[in-house]
This record gives sequence, C-alpha cells and structure tokens, in this order.
Amino acid sequence: MEPSAPQIEIKDTESEKTLRDQPWWFFAIILIFIWAGYIFYTRENYSEAFVFIKAGIGITIKTALISYAFALMLGLLAGLGRISKNIFFNNLSRLYVELIRGIPMLVLIFFIALVGVPMLVDGLNALGVSLTEAGLGFLGEPLSAFGNKSLTMNTRAIVALSVTYGAFLAEIFRAGIQSITRGQMEAARSLGMSYGQAMRHIILPQAVRNVLPALGNDFVAMVKDSSLVSVLAVRDITQVSRLYAGSTFRFREAYITVSVMYLSITVMLSLLVQVMERRLSKND
Amino acid sequence: MTRPENIIVLKDLYRHFGAVKALDGVNLTVKKGKVIVVIGPSGSGKSTMLRCINHLETPTSGEVWIDGKQLGKNEKELNEIRTEVGMVFQLFNLFPHLTALENVTVAQKVVRGRSKEEAHEIAMKQLERVGIPEKADVFPSNLSGGQQQRVAIARALAMNPKIMLFDEPTSALDPEMIKEVLDVMLDLAKEGMTMVCVTHEMGFARSAADEILFMDNGQIVEHTTPHDLYNNPKEERTKLFLSQILDH
Repeated sequence: MEPSAPQIEIKDTESEKTLRDQPWWFFAIILIFIWAGYIFYTRENYSEAFVFIKAGIGITIKTALISYAFALMLGLLAGLGRISKNIFFNNLSRLYVELIRGIPMLVLIFFIALVGVPMLVDGLNALGVSLTEAGLGFLGEPLSAFGNKSLTMNTRAIVALSVTYGAFLAEIFRAGIQSITRGQMEAARSLGMSYGQAMRHIILPQAVRNVLPALGNDFVAMVKDSSLVSVLAVRDITQVSRLYAGSTFRFREAYITVSVMYLSITVMLSLLVQVMERRLSKND
Repeated sequence: MTRPENIIVLKDLYRHFGAVKALDGVNLTVKKGKVIVVIGPSGSGKSTMLRCINHLETPTSGEVWIDGKQLGKNEKELNEIRTEVGMVFQLFNLFPHLTALENVTVAQKVVRGRSKEEAHEIAMKQLERVGIPEKADVFPSNLSGGQQQRVAIARALAMNPKIMLFDEPTSALDPEMIKEVLDVMLDLAKEGMTMVCVTHEMGFARSAADEILFMDNGQIVEHTTPHDLYNNPKEERTKLFLSQILDH
C-alpha cells in the first residue's frame, strides 16, 4: 500500500474561504461607477455637469504628467545629492527637501507661482540687462525681454507641482539607492568603475526597480494634488466644477461628477501599480 | 630571467576605526606571480588589509604601491589601477539585475570601452575557464553559491587584472561547492597569477601558496612558507591559532 499524503485540516469550508477572499471593497467601487454612469446617462442635470466638467480633464492629466516628468528629474538629482559625499551638493539637496516638506502644499503653490516665478523672472531680466551691457547682446536680449506675462498660470502651476513633488520623489530615490547593499558599489568600484558609472549601470537600475511601486503611488497622489492648482485659476476639473457649481448652484451635481472623475483615474492607476508590483515580485 | 618585480608594496599601513586599530603598521611586499595566503582570527585585520590594497578601504596612513604606482587621492588614477586588481568577495556581490554573461561584460564595456562583440567573446572565454559557459544567460538568483562565485571570478578576470584578491571566497559556500571554487583558484595560481587570498582552506594554502601570513590584532605576526608555518610556527599566537583550526 502506498503511504497516503498527510491530511491538512481545513477549518473553513471552501465556500466560506472564497467569500472571504473576494475584494468586496472593489466591487463597491465598481457599483459606484455603475451608479454614476447611470445618473450621468439618465438625469439631465448630471449629464450637463459631466459635459461641462469633462472639458477640464485634459488640463488635469497634462498638468500631472508634465509635472511628474520634471519631478522625476528633480527628485533623482536631489536623491543623488542626499547620499552624495560632496558637502555643497548634499546640503543643498537636504535644504531643498526640508524646505518643501516643512511648508503646506497649498502655500507652496501660491508661493512658487506668485512669488518664486516672478522673482526668478526678475533675476533673469537683470542678468539679461547686465549681459547686454557687457556686450553679450545675443545672450542678454532674449533674457531681458522675457516677461512675467509670458509665463501662464498653467506653466507656473506645473513649476510649483514639479518643485514640490521633486522633494518627495528625492526621498523615494534616496531610500531606493540606500536599499542596495554596499557590496554592489564595492564590486563595481573594484572593477574600476567610477562612482558615476557604478551608479548608472549597477546601483540605479536596481534601486529604481525597487521603488517603482512607490513612484507609481506618488503619481496617483500627484493626480489628486493637481486639484490644488485650481487656486491659480487653472481650468482643471476641480476649477471647472467650481465654476459650474458657482454659476448654476448645482453643488451636488458638480462635486459628485468631479469626485467620480478623480476616482476613476486613481483607481485605474492604482490597479496598474498593483499589476506592476506583482510582476516585479515574480521576477525576484 | 630577470628578478621578479614587487607588484604590491604596503608601507607602514594603518587603518583605525575610531579607537579600533584594524591595521596597526603593516608592511608587505608581494613579488609578481606569487600566491600569498593570509590567515588569522576574525577581526585580525586580514580583510581590511586586502581591501586597502585596492583602496576599497582608505588607509588612515601609510602607502600602497601597485606595480610601481602609488594609490593616492586621484580618483581617475585610482580607477585605472583598480582595473588591474581583480577582487572576489565572500558574498559574491554579483549584480542581480544582470545575467551571468552581462555581469562579466558590463565593466569591460563601461570601463575598458570594449565593443559588445569583443566583451561578449572575452566573457564567454572566462566563463569557460571557470567551467560554466552553459550558465551565461542565467540570472545570479538561479545559480548555486559555487556557480555565483565562479561567475564573480570570471567577472574579475575579464578585466585582465595583474593581481587577484580573494576575500574569504569559500566561507559562504556549502561544503560540496568549496572544491569547485578552489579548483578554479588552483588553476589560476598555476597559470602564474599574482594572488592574495584571505582563506582558511589549509589544503589550498599547502598546495598553492608560495607564502603564508598569519595576522593578529592588525599586525602581520608571522610571514613564512606554508610548510614552515605548519611544521614549526615561531610565535605562540600562531601555534594557538593553528591548534584551534587544525585540531578537529
């Protein structure tokens, strides 16, 4: 007789287990979407609000995408700065991160768009004037002609979001780089690679892979925080829904619509991040 | 035959970590083609000395000369000298995001500026030399410890180093894998590679080492041939250590 495999005691019945393992929260979200779709389709007030507010979705997505791209670059640079042995670069990066993290995002957006950008433009103008006086007109003239008006609020909003998120992403990159064991850098250096070469070819590819889910989550957060740029009168979906609510007094329609829009974008992105996470952990 | 040149010279090497003197005045001259085995209790400064040879560890004071060039503050020159000094680590330190083959080609391309084809060809030759060409496209996580260490040796050899440093290359391996790594090291020694090996593999020391160092408390206590060290160690500390590692 063959020895039988040891029996594992199953405490729950199969059906109990299946019920418990279902993502009920996700079904609830789907239900919300179905309900929203239904009212957008059947009720005139809601479909009107939907059509009106939909016009802002391009700005919301564009603002989030462009700002995130710049934030990635800034964040990588500052993240490298945070672990750099260069005293100047290191402290500059630390200062940047601490300043940004210590100020509410809403205040930062006001500050960067309404104070920071004009100050920078004034500085560039002054530099342009002195360059022209020094006989470098080809460099100076375009700089001094550069006016505050040429920078729209949309652009300033992107600058503000980039600078803010750059500091958050810097900490993610720093953590990612520090998660790689010291032996990797030592092995790369022992083969004659410079610090920069080792970073680029050995450390960063591994570090970025480790932090991809965190970067994805921050993109989702960026989409939501892009709603703050409505305070600069940038016509994203938040601003457009405010305008709609203000002119029609249909607050319920306006804010249900805009909430469902944000939710559908963020749920979709979060699912993508989860898929990415699962695929990465499978490769380990 | 010309007189063998001094390829590694360590002069009055000190390395302090706070109050701990990891290296406490080390002087060593290694002639080209010699195989040096370094033994000693843990914390005796063996690894620190090895890591000072390619400046992975910067000495607190003292001089390191490799093939007539002094290692100093100049980063670019240091990187050039490091390409001449291969190093094999206790924990292999293979690049986990690259295949075995890519592990062996990446530094060739980045540092030596070799073309993809040339680097590939050299890498395959080195993988054959260490006996695992069939694992070229496998990622390190799917290799055994012994195989990983052999890839690490191939990776160092692909840079055509003049010196190879081994930092306890078999300490993290299961017993049945130690031999495959030691065999590769023995072959290297026979081919005339200059080697400095921190290891407690006494069989390897006996059959391959030209000289053996016993270190304790950051100093070289005894520097002699393996035969003399085993048969008539001069220092009490050496006798005690040898009795501890050989008597069981």
